[in-house]
Amino acid sequence: MSDFHYHRDSDGVALISWAVPEARLNTMTLESLHELADLFAAAFSDTKVKGVVLTSGKADFSGGMYLDALQKIRNSESSASGDRIFATVMGFHRIFRRIEMGGANHAEGTAGKPVIAALPGTGVGIGYEIPLACHRIMTADNPKAVIGLPEIKVGLFPGAGGTTRLVRRLGISGAAPFLLKGTLLAPQKALASGLIDEVTAADELVEKARQWVLGASSGDVVKPWDQKGYRIPGGSPYDPKGYMTFMGLCAMVSGNTLGLYPAANAMMSAIYEGAQVPFDAALEIEARWFSKLLMEPASVNMVQTLFLDKRNLEKGAGRPAVVKKAKIKKIGIVGAGMMGSGIAMVSARAGLDVALIDQNIKAAGQGKGKAAALLEARVKRQRMSKTEAQQILDRITPSDSFDVLKEADFVIEAVFEDLAVKADVLSRIEATSDCILASNTSTLPISGLAKSCRSPDRFLGVHFFSPVDRMQLVEVIRGRKTADVAVALALDYVGRIRKTPIVVNDARFFYANRCIIPYLNEGIRMVGEGVQPALVENAARQCGMPIGPLQLVDETSIELAVSIAKATKAALGSKYHHEDADRVIFKLASFGRLGRKSNAGFYEYSDTGQRQGFWPELRDHFPIATPQPAVELLRNRLLLIQAIEAVHALDEGVLIDVREGNVGAVLGWGFAPWSGGPFSWLDGLLENQLALPLCESLSRQYGERFKAPAGLINKAKRKDRFTSH
Amino acid sequence: MTDAYIFDAVRSPRGRGNQTGALASVTAVDISAQLIDALISRNQIPAGSIEDLIWGNVTQIGEQGGCLARAAVLLSGLDDCVPGLSINRFCASGLEAVNLAAGQVREGEKIAYIAGGVEMMSRVAMGSDGTAIAVDPRIAMKCAFVPQGISADLIATEYGFSRRECDRYALRSQQCSAKSWSEDRFKRSIVTVHDINGMEILGRDEHMRPKTNMAVLARLEPSFAKIGIEMPGFDKVALLKYPHLESISHVHHPGNSSGIVDGAAAILVGNRAFGTAHEIKPRARIRAMAKVGSEPTIMLTGPLAATRLALQRAGMEINDIDLFEVNEAFAAIPLLFMQEFGVDEAKVNVNGGAISLGHPLGATGAMLLSTAIDELERASLSHALITLCVGGGMGVATVIERV
Repeated sequence: MSDFHYHRDSDGVALISWAVPEARLNTMTLESLHELADLFAAAFSDTKVKGVVLTSGKADFSGGMYLDALQKIRNSESSASGDRIFATVMGFHRIFRRIEMGGANHAEGTAGKPVIAALPGTGVGIGYEIPLACHRIMTADNPKAVIGLPEIKVGLFPGAGGTTRLVRRLGISGAAPFLLKGTLLAPQKALASGLIDEVTAADELVEKARQWVLGASSGDVVKPWDQKGYRIPGGSPYDPKGYMTFMGLCAMVSGNTLGLYPAANAMMSAIYEGAQVPFDAALEIEARWFSKLLMEPASVNMVQTLFLDKRNLEKGAGRPAVVKKAKIKKIGIVGAGMMGSGIAMVSARAGLDVALIDQNIKAAGQGKGKAAALLEARVKRQRMSKTEAQQILDRITPSDSFDVLKEADFVIEAVFEDLAVKADVLSRIEATSDCILASNTSTLPISGLAKSCRSPDRFLGVHFFSPVDRMQLVEVIRGRKTADVAVALALDYVGRIRKTPIVVNDARFFYANRCIIPYLNEGIRMVGEGVQPALVENAARQCGMPIGPLQLVDETSIELAVSIAKATKAALGSKYHHEDADRVIFKLASFGRLGRKSNAGFYEYSDTGQRQGFWPELRDHFPIATPQPAVELLRNRLLLIQAIEAVHALDEGVLIDVREGNVGAVLGWGFAPWSGGPFSWLDGLLENQLALPLCESLSRQYGERFKAPAGLINKAKRKDRFTSH
Repeated sequence: MTDAYIFDAVRSPRGRGNQTGALASVTAVDISAQLIDALISRNQIPAGSIEDLIWGNVTQIGEQGGCLARAAVLLSGLDDCVPGLSINRFCASGLEAVNLAAGQVREGEKIAYIAGGVEMMSRVAMGSDGTAIAVDPRIAMKCAFVPQGISADLIATEYGFSRRECDRYALRSQQCSAKSWSEDRFKRSIVTVHDINGMEILGRDEHMRPKTNMAVLARLEPSFAKIGIEMPGFDKVALLKYPHLESISHVHHPGNSSGIVDGAAAILVGNRAFGTAHEIKPRARIRAMAKVGSEPTIMLTGPLAATRLALQRAGMEINDIDLFEVNEAFAAIPLLFMQEFGVDEAKVNVNGGAISLGHPLGATGAMLLSTAIDELERASLSHALITLCVGGGMGVATVIERV
């Protein structure tokens, strides 16, 4: 079946329209790229064709490359050889280059034909790289559309000429935010930034594109970089201005990626080396770096976890196939605090009607006010129109009566984290509604709460992370008695609000919090051992953690850490082994240093709450040891302690699927995104027979907590791996 | 193997390295030729008796590009049979040129070199030749490249030098060089720069600020705080290599860093047979030489390892040295040197240095050598050690003995 339609009209304009059958979004495969190449070849050789309009038969132009295919190529290649990948990528370049030349053949004296990309909606990744190779990019004035090159976010860089072309189109500093951050822009902003050439009314798109083709001059079909005397805007790396730009760019990228993301380094080299040579040589350089990148484990793992696995979980990979997908229209939220109002906002934003209930109408109204503040912030940042924000807000109805829950398809309680309070609320909800019921608890076991429910089979946990509007992950917790229908409905709901779910079984702290606590404790312990606090924080950042453990415990509050420690110790008894960390936080707490909330913790804070340096007296209470440990050792401790906990969660059946373990770790608590998650990270160690030796050496030196869990030992013995890709 | 001797050493005054500087109208090859000619005429040696001209120069582009050494041979009174070699060891180029010459002199019979260097910073902007170290991602990102000023501030942070200590050191540099000029201590080395008509252009270092004081210095804004902390954020890059630091304290500013100036220096290096043949007396013997590579992010700690290696080769201890010239690229560099070796300030840079006099990159190493020889003779001292920190993480050191 064909992915493109071809039509030549009576004016001699060839219309190539991209419409992948049975897909919501056009994605590019190797096969469809060759089909496109053949259609262009036909248009260029047809003497009746004056020029080409490339558009889409769908609402959007394209979501990019079909990455599953890419991942297959990568995994089928032996790691020693990138030859075939390089040949494939160069094949892409030849196809794009023919489009860019408009089929001109200088040997035969045939001139190029004008080619315009007419995008009805989103064009990202290769869906923007193809337009970049056309002579003009016209986009419909579609506010939902985004344009750009997001590859860097999944561990890649634009490798189908996008890097080379965007640098030449916008200059190095102009292209940098799009290439290095993956920034996507709506059409009007994309026009202002120079990503595209023209925005037009949606219903005139194809006609205007046609008119452009018919009126194009011979100069229009020669790209600036194919004209004599072309210079990259702002200069190449050895022009005086370009030199300073590039020096700064290297520093910025190093400072942000800390050397952990090979895609950023490879792209920087492709830009630097490519900017010093003619266009075709630059494409070849881009292909060499892209091929090298595709062989990098960090890139493979990031694509797998952050794109493929994440997408599959969002599509319902963990959903029991017991019932058809539910059509959720209205949800109820009980408890209009920070979490409840955040959940209300993201639900309403997804088009759901929300009943937001609290003890009295005033408290419920304040909850709606919090949702309004979140929306206002988005309007201020121009992420949303005022009208849209109002429409969302209008869908939230504050109430003090449980009666409104009668029409709800799903109810979430988000009241105070107290067993008695929650038990009371749950029974009151059950008294008015028989729909499936969820608790947004982060600390109380679901099976315990279920005891207060009349129908524990219709009860489960949906654990949102704070702040709700920014955190992508939702943990769906299956209690001992939770039925499949309840899990299915919760997943349908999470899908509806466009967040990423993982399904875990019920256990203390579920999955994410259970793994972050050892990370915090490990960092805190190091302070007790006399490691310089800055070294602890920088070691954590250097292994890719977004926030150092000491800063994080200040943020989440030392007081909370103390109470968790006490409760956990009471529950575990002799199995508890965090005394070394407790000694440190108990001492800080005894000085009233409870973290940011008390404006004093491991760090000092200004009167306005700005974090300053470390508390100078830390050194007096925890003297600095000499010599200091190597940063690599600290990095290994900080990562391994989390990964070990993740394996325990898998061994204990809390985690069901390592894909959920990886995705949940990166999205839930920011586990080293470059690694693709704790299981991918362990796979890297296993592959090099380093996993067990690392556990052994750290457990010998630092204690039992580093002993390899059974699941890891099994994998090592069988020379197996956790992930299957 | 024979010994290498220094027969004579000359330097130009250092002109301010901008358009208001007295030497801004003098070409790099002109000032080079004037120094070479001064050396030939002072020592009455035949124009063809020199084996080679080894000329240090950092920014080898434009008028300083394309083997400036050969251009200097052709313009000067040297015979065309002398070839000419331009070299670049960044800030130590002038000393490295002497060391290279000395190494070749030791292997040869009855030979001599002219070695030294030039940098006309008012005419050829520092950094305008570009370097892959700073911008090729494969190097800059691999090695955590930061500009030298950040490295100097990193040294101050790592080794604990406060802003006040750096300023105090800078003030001392100003005071020492002012005293040296008032006592005419540079007389023997200074060669006045003339124009084509023989008119005097500059006879005295013009970068000095003898009237400065601690209060004036304290008012100067740190030079590298903005690029370190804000854009593009070089501090974060430096912390990749120095993760035990919480932050970098930005202590350096124009008043306690080396000045941008124009200047050139030339040294006559040969063996005893050459001196005998041309009836010239050596002034100093080169006892040992060393060059090292060092960690490139902190970049400027090379003098430590270079000094240790040179001393070891000379069979000497640090206390055997009477006089040190440690290039004042930034105040933290001599401070680090004194702290690490426990050397008394009374022996270090006693006639001031690059903070007060300026740092004409490719020439400075040879200038420090001339200053050291003059001071050994004036104070009747025996041994001097000259060392410079070098961009990219290198260091060069030379030990000389008065004869």
